[in-house]
Formats: sequence, structure tokens, C-alpha cells
Amino acid sequence: MTTTQWSRVPSTLKPGRHFMQGDEACAEGAIAAGCDYYAGYPITPASEIMQHICNRFSDMPERKFMQMEDEIASIASCIGASWAGARSMTATSGPGLSLMLENIGYALMTETPCVVVDVQRAGPSTGQATRPGQGDVMQARWGAHGDYEMIVLSPWSAQEMYSQTIRAFNLADRFRVPVILLADEAVGHLREKVEIDDQVRIYRRTESGPDGPFVGSGIPPMPRFGSGHKLLITGSTHDDWGYRRTSSPEAQAKLIEHLRSKILSHADEIVETEALHCEGQLDFLLVAYGFTARSALGAVQTARQGGMRAGLLRLKTLWPFAEAAVGELTQRCKHVLVPEMNQGQVLREVQRCAPDAQGYGKTNGEVIKPQEILRAMREMLT
Amino acid sequence: MIRGTTESIRRMIRPEAFPTPFCSGCGHGILLGAILRAVDELDWDIDEMVFVSGIGCGGWIPSPHFAADTLHVTHGRPVAFATGVKTFRPELNVVAIGGDGDIASIGGNHLIHAARRDVDLTVICANNLIYGMTGGQLTPTTPQNAYTSTTPRGNHERPFDLCGLASAAGATYVARYSVYHVRPLIKALKKAFQHKGFGFVEVLSSCPTQYGRRNALRTPVDMLRHFKKTCVTAKRAQRMTPAELEGKTIIGELVKG
Amino acid sequence: MARIEIKSEWCKGCYICVDACPNTVLAVDKEAWLKGFHPVVVAHAEECTLCRNCELLCPDLAITVTKDDDSGHS
Repeated sequence: MTTTQWSRVPSTLKPGRHFMQGDEACAEGAIAAGCDYYAGYPITPASEIMQHICNRFSDMPERKFMQMEDEIASIASCIGASWAGARSMTATSGPGLSLMLENIGYALMTETPCVVVDVQRAGPSTGQATRPGQGDVMQARWGAHGDYEMIVLSPWSAQEMYSQTIRAFNLADRFRVPVILLADEAVGHLREKVEIDDQVRIYRRTESGPDGPFVGSGIPPMPRFGSGHKLLITGSTHDDWGYRRTSSPEAQAKLIEHLRSKILSHADEIVETEALHCEGQLDFLLVAYGFTARSALGAVQTARQGGMRAGLLRLKTLWPFAEAAVGELTQRCKHVLVPEMNQGQVLREVQRCAPDAQGYGKTNGEVIKPQEILRAMREMLT
Repeated sequence: MIRGTTESIRRMIRPEAFPTPFCSGCGHGILLGAILRAVDELDWDIDEMVFVSGIGCGGWIPSPHFAADTLHVTHGRPVAFATGVKTFRPELNVVAIGGDGDIASIGGNHLIHAARRDVDLTVICANNLIYGMTGGQLTPTTPQNAYTSTTPRGNHERPFDLCGLASAAGATYVARYSVYHVRPLIKALKKAFQHKGFGFVEVLSSCPTQYGRRNALRTPVDMLRHFKKTCVTAKRAQRMTPAELEGKTIIGELVKG
Repeated sequence: MARIEIKSEWCKGCYICVDACPNTVLAVDKEAWLKGFHPVVVAHAEECTLCRNCELLCPDLAITVTKDDDSGHS
């Protein structure tokens, strides 16, 4: 049980520089991470992920691809395959995520590792399929009913579509949770360079352990079907053995506490941010993520050229929220602006640490340009 | 010990889960036994099987009663979860179990697609003609004119012929029996388990509490006698007039792969 | 000779077994109470033909029918 679960495996792409679309890089990240079960349903702007995996898996007979009848079946079969031992993934957009949420809740409750990619588009509902948005931030965190913690990652480049997908698989296995990779159409469809190393760092779940109930803090081992353990898995509230305990307040309280604490107690390991130009006292702090962070960086660079002490805190994980980093930085800056392609979903979280923070919300299906952010910053100064 | 007897199958259950939570006389208990008897008579290693079940009384048949790998999932979705298990581990024998509401109402889409794909699964629909656990509401298999909590003046809707549906969607083994007809049911389950391809077994089951009570079949014995009286084999049905077939249900192996 | 055993902790008094028996091996003991219903008793074990209808139709796996011989094997 103490053997390390980390290992280095050869890369599944030729090492060096590649030029690829974000969605394609995400698919390659999944393959690099050892994804061996993919089930999906076509939806703009995520279909390219499914298509690329389909093409690549056709040369990899031990890896299974299924196009399922809908998004619900896709995530359901991913969870079933995960219990059969697979590292499974599906990719969708906002409308599909809405359909998947019940089973994402099931994966949370049963502590089933899997990766769900949401390439966000302008919503709500059918919205603008080919246009970017960042409106699923709260949905990704709270969309499944009940109380739990979610791990949600936010890539800002094709490179991160590759590397954060690998990270998503590792976090899923490490913490026995579904992990959402929350991308957006802009990052999904842009093409840029992706550097591939010759090795990939993989974390694999623990499959063996002593027989009997799992009692204790931490992450239970996860045997696979067919290994003689007679696994008892249910989405009902259950005890350490897996028996339904739908009338026990103690069982419910204990289970909720376990599901939350296994994530929160490892927040340091899970939460990632990138602080750019954030040394010392700041006049202005931008908090941004995803494609918007690229424009925010441009705005910061321009502002700094004009003499302003401006910095960018880029959220690489959206959930759990980076309270520590946001709290620390907002204390040493005068103004905080949160530009995002929604009407203030991350702004609300930032305001919990910095009540005077303001937002620049753009929901017309277009990306935010650096000039817009600069204009918003100037308006805040007047 | 003779395979298939209660003495023999008691080693395949989790005894701490008994007595079961099912009502007195629930047909699902008979089906629970029939499934284990079929596995026992086949002399299969139950550790090479996976039982995926949905929400409702039918979903509680394998979970937690079977001492086996059991996956109790969300409402309507056992066939979809089972497809993932089987696709990744084709060497395992995967069985999906759910009630009529679970498999044919909310789960209808997954049923027809798995049948279309001819996924090598066995789907057992524990059809008690009602949503039992939630208080006796209508399902897509409730007979016309029957009383349920949401059809207090009698059901106007026509029910599915689930076996016809599965067959039309492409299922390559289809059978229907009632829990009264437990011996041919066990035979059909054995065939379905062994069948390479999509096997669908519809099992008419008794819900005396919600269905029986509202439809003049108050006791468990009344319900079993009702199945005995109204179920006819396809062969016998051929010799009956339309008037004689009124209110009858065809049982037997309807698609034999 | 058959040995019929009823596990009273699992029996719920549905009486399917009594009705399923082609003879009159089992009966309802109307003088006694068990968990709120009249329990099923083995009235005429000598009539048992080991058809096992009762076993197969019991929803609770509460009744076993075995051949009562020296080896204990059926």
C-alpha cells in the first residue's frame, strides 16, 4: 500500500514541437495519460476531441472508443468502464454538461475517477454553438445536487489543453473523483505550438488493499470488477462497506464529511495559480482564467509599459477556489478587476476575499480583447 | 447439494442483507432467487459477473443481496453503465437489472440502442407494471384501464410490448415469463446469460402492495394466480380467437438468436 | 422423507408456499403469531414429493426442501 503510484511513461507523441488545435491537444493529453476508454456524443465545439480520439484509438486495440446515444449514456458508460479498471473520459459543451450532471454526482458519490471535458460555448441553452463563453463556472462547481467538492481545471492554451488533461487524469485517480476540464471554444479551436516531452508523469489509482471496509481518512483503494472483491457500489448514502444506509443520520454526515475533506484537506496539492508580474505592492490586480487570461496578460503588459504596477493572477484551477492566493494578493493591491466571458461568476468568489473587486463581464459570444480590459481599468481609476 | 436449490444459492447471497426490504409476496424476490439459481445451475463463477442495477425495487434485486460485483446506478441508466463495463472488459459476464419504469420509461433510449448495437449483455426487466417504490404511479407497461395512483380513473394510455420493442430494436434473444412461471424463467435466464449478443428477458412480477391492491389482486397468491391465468405461450395463442386473447400476455422465448 | 425448514426470521407470511404446494404439506397456523402474521408451519412433511415449488416461489429464500437421509446430501 506504500508503493508509489507515480510513474514515468514514454510519451505517445513524438517528442518536440507540434502545431495543433486545442481540442486535438486535449485528445493527445488524454492518450498520453493512458486514457483507455472514451465514450462521447457529438457537440460543438468539442466534437473534434472525440473525433481525434476515435482516429487514434483505431490503432490502439486495447483502448476502447464508443459513440453513445446521448451525453447521459456517455458519462454513464465512462463510470462503468472506470469500475472495470479504465481511465475514462468524455468531452462535451454546456448543454451536454447539463445532461451529465446527475451522473457526475453519481461519480462523486461513488468516488469514481473519470475526466469530463467541457469546452464552453455561449449559452444558455443552445445559445451560440460556435462562439466562446465562460458561463459554466458555477455549473461545473454546483451543478450536481447535494454537497461535495469539485476539482475543475482551466486551460488557457493548446499546451495546457494537453498538460492539464494529463493532470486531470492524475487528479481523478489520486482523489477518486470526476475532474472537469473547463475549457472554452476559443482555446479549443485555436492552433498553436505544443511542446511534447519524451516522458509523461502518470499517477495510477491503488487497486489493491486489505479486504474489508475502508475506515479512515484519505482515499480508499479501488479494485476493479472481476477481481473477486464483490464490490458493493451504490449512489445511495452508504457505510464503509458500501451498504445502503438511507435512514442513518450518522452515515450521511460521515459520508459528506469524507467526500469534502478528501479534497479540501489536499487543497494545497490541487489548487494551482500563476502569478505574473505580481511582485510587491500593486496598483491593479487582474484575476482571469482560460482564454480571457491571455487578453488580461496583454492588458497587464501594456499597463506596465505605461508605468502602472499591474499584475495578473491566472487561475489554473477554478475549484476548489484559490482563496489563499487571491486573499494574499488582493491585500497588496489597490484595485481588482475580474474580466470573464460571463456575468461575474468568478467575480463573486473574488469578492468574498476582496469586496471591492469589480468585474468586466462580456456575454456577446466574443472573446475579450486586451483593449477592452484596459478601458475597464481606466474607468475604475476615474 | 443440488444446484439451483435454495440451500445451494444461499451461499451466493449476503446474509446480513436478509430479510430483504421487499414487501411480503413481492415477485422481485422470486426473480432474485431465479437469477441466482440460473447462475448456480450454469456452474458459473459469480466473480466473473457484474450486476448493474437501476433505481426502484427492481434495482434492489442484486444490490446488496448478491455476494458479487454489483453496481447500483442512477435511474434508467443501468444499460448505459453496463455497456461501459462490458466494452472495456468483454471477458466479464455483465447483467443489467431494472424495473419497468427504470428500463423502459426513463431508460428506454438506452435499451433500444444497446439492442441495436447487439451489445453482449443480458438485460432483465423486472416488470411489475407500476412504479412501486414511489407509491404506485403509472409506467409505460401499465395495462390499459388499470388503476394506478396517477390514473385514478383507469389508464387511458396503451402500454409497450417490451419484448416487441427490444426485438424490433435488434435484440437477438428475447424472452418473457412471469415469476409464477419460475422454472421456464430460470431456463430462459440461463439461455440469455449464455447468449452472445443482446439478450432481453422481461419478467412479469407481482407488486401486491401498489398494483395488486388497486386492481383487485390484493394478495400475493392472487397476483401469481392472475399470471397463471392470463399468460399463454405463443403456440397456444395461435389456436385462440381474438376474443379469447383479450387480456392475455404472450410468454415464451420470442426471439431465439 | 423430505425435510422442510422455514427460516422464520426471513419469512414474511405471504403464503405463496402454502398455495404452491400441490399437496397439503404446509399450512397456516391461525393460532400463532409471528411478527404480526400467522406463521407457516410444516403440517404434513410425509406428503412432500420434493417438487420444491415452495422453494422456488418463496420470495425470501426462507424455505428449503432437502431429502432427509443419512449422508445429508440430496
